[in-house]
Amino acid sequence: MTSQVSSPAEQADGTVLGEQRKAAGGKDVRRLNRVIIRFAGDSGDGMQLTGDRFTSETASFGNDLSTLPNFPAEIRAPAGTLPGVSSFQLHFADHDILTPGDAPNVLVAMNPAALKANIEDLPRGAEIIVNTDEFTKRALAKVGYAGDPLRDGSLDGYSLHPVPLTTLTVEALRQFDLSRKEAERSKNMFALGLLSWMYHRPTEATERFLNAKFAGKPQIAAANIAAYRAGWNFGETTEDFAVSYEVAPAARAFPPGVYRNISGNLALAYGLIAASRQADLPLFLGSYPITPASDILHELSRHKNFGVRTFQAEDEIAGIGAALGAAFGGSLAVTTTSGPGVALKSETIGLAVSLELPLLIVDIQRGGPSTGLPTKTEQADLLQAMYGRNGEAPVPVLAPRTPADCFEAALEAARIALAYRTPVFLLSDGYLANGSEPWRIPDTQELPDLRVQFARGPNHTLQDGTEVFWPYRRDPRTLARPWAIPGTPGLEHRIGGIEKQDGTGNISYDPANHDFMVRTRQAKIDGITVPDLEVDDPDGAGVLVLGWGSTYGPITAAVRRIRGTGGAIAQAHLRHLNPFPKNLGEVLGRYEKVIVPEMNLGQLATLIRAKYLIDARSHNQVNGMPFKAEQLAQVLKEAIDD
Amino acid sequence: MTESLLNLVPKAEAEQSMKDFKSDQEVRWCPGCGDYAVLAAVQGFMPELGLARENIVFVSGIGCSSRFPYYMNTYGMHSIHGRAPAIATGLASSRRDLSVWVVTGDGDALSIGGNHLIHALRRNVNLKILLFNNRIYGLTKGQYSPTSEIGKITKSTPVGSLDAPFNPVSLAIGAEASFVARTVDSDRKHLTEVLRQAAAHPGTALVEIYQNCNIFNDGAFEVLKDRQQAEDAVIRLEHGSPIRFGADRTKGVVRDRTTGDLKVVAVTAENEAEILVHDAHSASPTTAFALSRLADPDTLHHTPIGVFRSVDRPVYDTLMADQLDAAVEQHGKGELGALLAGNDTWTVVG
Repeated sequence: MTSQVSSPAEQADGTVLGEQRKAAGGKDVRRLNRVIIRFAGDSGDGMQLTGDRFTSETASFGNDLSTLPNFPAEIRAPAGTLPGVSSFQLHFADHDILTPGDAPNVLVAMNPAALKANIEDLPRGAEIIVNTDEFTKRALAKVGYAGDPLRDGSLDGYSLHPVPLTTLTVEALRQFDLSRKEAERSKNMFALGLLSWMYHRPTEATERFLNAKFAGKPQIAAANIAAYRAGWNFGETTEDFAVSYEVAPAARAFPPGVYRNISGNLALAYGLIAASRQADLPLFLGSYPITPASDILHELSRHKNFGVRTFQAEDEIAGIGAALGAAFGGSLAVTTTSGPGVALKSETIGLAVSLELPLLIVDIQRGGPSTGLPTKTEQADLLQAMYGRNGEAPVPVLAPRTPADCFEAALEAARIALAYRTPVFLLSDGYLANGSEPWRIPDTQELPDLRVQFARGPNHTLQDGTEVFWPYRRDPRTLARPWAIPGTPGLEHRIGGIEKQDGTGNISYDPANHDFMVRTRQAKIDGITVPDLEVDDPDGAGVLVLGWGSTYGPITAAVRRIRGTGGAIAQAHLRHLNPFPKNLGEVLGRYEKVIVPEMNLGQLATLIRAKYLIDARSHNQVNGMPFKAEQLAQVLKEAIDD
Repeated sequence: MTESLLNLVPKAEAEQSMKDFKSDQEVRWCPGCGDYAVLAAVQGFMPELGLARENIVFVSGIGCSSRFPYYMNTYGMHSIHGRAPAIATGLASSRRDLSVWVVTGDGDALSIGGNHLIHALRRNVNLKILLFNNRIYGLTKGQYSPTSEIGKITKSTPVGSLDAPFNPVSLAIGAEASFVARTVDSDRKHLTEVLRQAAAHPGTALVEIYQNCNIFNDGAFEVLKDRQQAEDAVIRLEHGSPIRFGADRTKGVVRDRTTGDLKVVAVTAENEAEILVHDAHSASPTTAFALSRLADPDTLHHTPIGVFRSVDRPVYDTLMADQLDAAVEQHGKGELGALLAGNDTWTVVG
């Protein structure tokens, strides 16, 4: 590289190549506005950890970012095979971004399987860093490579960096008293060091992290740090890496505040703790481990000093059962699960509808039906949440839109559950759960007040003047029944799943009473106050794209692309799926066309068509992965031009 | 024994009577049902505990016996089939100031809810579980249950049931229960004494109550109730006493030296010293289990009643509360702002 400065140029994928300069070390530094990196290797290669660390470095540097971890359900699939490939994609930029990116600019492939499984996603010209040590005849044959792709010219269209990562790592750790196998394990840190050099990432936090992680094994900590530094130095000295890149902090993308990086499941766990504090009620989680929801159980179990009780039950049914028992006792009760778990909990959710007690059901959706794709994302539990119970059993449903938004969505779910004494579904998904993004840490003084009033005394006067407590005498405004917890003298009462007489709550098989109670329970949910739907429509468009949940990022990115090329499109995104915002019908009526992209076969579209009698058009993808912005933009463009 | 956990439950301010525990709901079991006797015994026993009525909760599943909570003037929940132990676990472990009782039947507890029962027992949650065993499905009108004798002719088994029954006491002991007892609906005095010991027990207490369904399985326990037959059929267990029964207590239980198992013998001057002395507090569950196997499952001959096992074991809800207290002691009371910020932040200035 000789040119000192090159002029900025926008590439086909929207990446802007900035000016290039010569750094003090003699190597060229090129400025980019955004980069997408994918780390890929065996399930045992530590790719998720590598990705996490690069993400943390990137977050603390101040870039905007979005991540997509992608891993198999098997804990250790056979080494070197395609099903065993685990990857972590990170998109970071000097401006605000919405998705983990469609196609990586850089692929780190730790073995032939990782190369083969990911090469199709790479645009020509992308950089590929491969661990040549793993490209043995046997390893190549294992994944069906007839020849060696590093030599046969099939990668000529890419910028290939063959690096003997394993050898270099073992070499760098010679001074340590480690077996070869132990030393090899640090190769992911070598790769992290190399990438950290390439993108000018700060390194102190990773070294701190390694020291803390291996606090009990200082030798291993030191070896990992040595491998990490060796990777950095390798980038700086070897001639193969002639250029490094700068992506400036996304200073203008963020409102002022203190930020951290946060994943969806962590944000959701924090939202639950915050809701407990704002409601002044102890938090009780009844749960059974299930991918991809278990991290919420793990996280909450660490915060007992917040008065959080976590109960790992014998099964999904006991998880929600215990939560419902705790709700009866006056806790803010939660159960966390994924789709298969919801199926098992359905009967208890119906009981909660009948008992009219607050209860949060958190469903981190994954690919279905049945066991489906445990580690992949999907939005196909919407109709299960809406209708998956016997009888007329309405339950409010809401969904977060980004990883950080899981925090606020949890607070909103708690608000509805507590104010209306009802089970509430919160539908997150695998993509939000494991993905992460920067989050402006909220001021705890500004969180909503969720306090409730337990019943304290009689609420009804009989004809003879006796003051009595009626457990099903409702608040005329919200139709919520009183929450009278055991321990309150004079309010002893019995509730159950059998139909209850209006007011008294006594068993009643009276036909007219049942009709009344069914309609009243429905009216209570229909009457929940939810904010109006906001529409983003700067150009007075004829086409509206309507989404819900985790498709927010890709849809918004696609909308930006269309507007960037002069197209007009309106966008709206639903947080509340039941009840819908009051203005939804009016909003839908304003547009000639309504497009509903979903990671299912059209569940929201079905609800919209049924309720508003409009010709909502579905665009569906159920491949376990989030939408790609470019493909979605194409679909929206066709709808506009159609 | 550890102190009873009842001292965590507020006491009633005034003396109570049986009437205080009767709700205003009409009792709707079949006339002659054994459930009436159990209800009366429980309502009659409650004043003796002297607990604040508002701090008592009855949780049930589905089945005839599960209507029980409606008739108790306490807090109550009639839940769904088999799930009462799970629901009660959440309630008891989050509210240690409550006395939580589970009312269930042989179908509810041992069929659809078998999993929750064994896990409540192994955790030793502070629950008192009353298992009404009538060896039949009553509410669904007469199918065989998981405690019905093999070959039972019912509507769903016209040529006889095929599956071997559970012995609830054996099952509970196998599931690490810290308190297991058996009693009979018609023996008010015995039933009350067993309730007394169960109520005082810290942890899960399982009380199997043989209960007559006079509609679908009438006389199932007649051999234990008929005065003449009962003398030979019933073995009354009392902690610290030799296990003897029969007319003039001429029969006794001894350990078979060759097999280690228990057997019934005629008591003689020679073997009198070998008669087993009942030790409900034995750390090992082996002998309690052997006692639970004495009865003939078909004839019910040699059926022990009373407390088989009552041992001290850490209580789940106490341990859970201790962990919360320890966390506050170690890290201080949780501070939300610090939690949300974490350790790795950056600041964007306007």
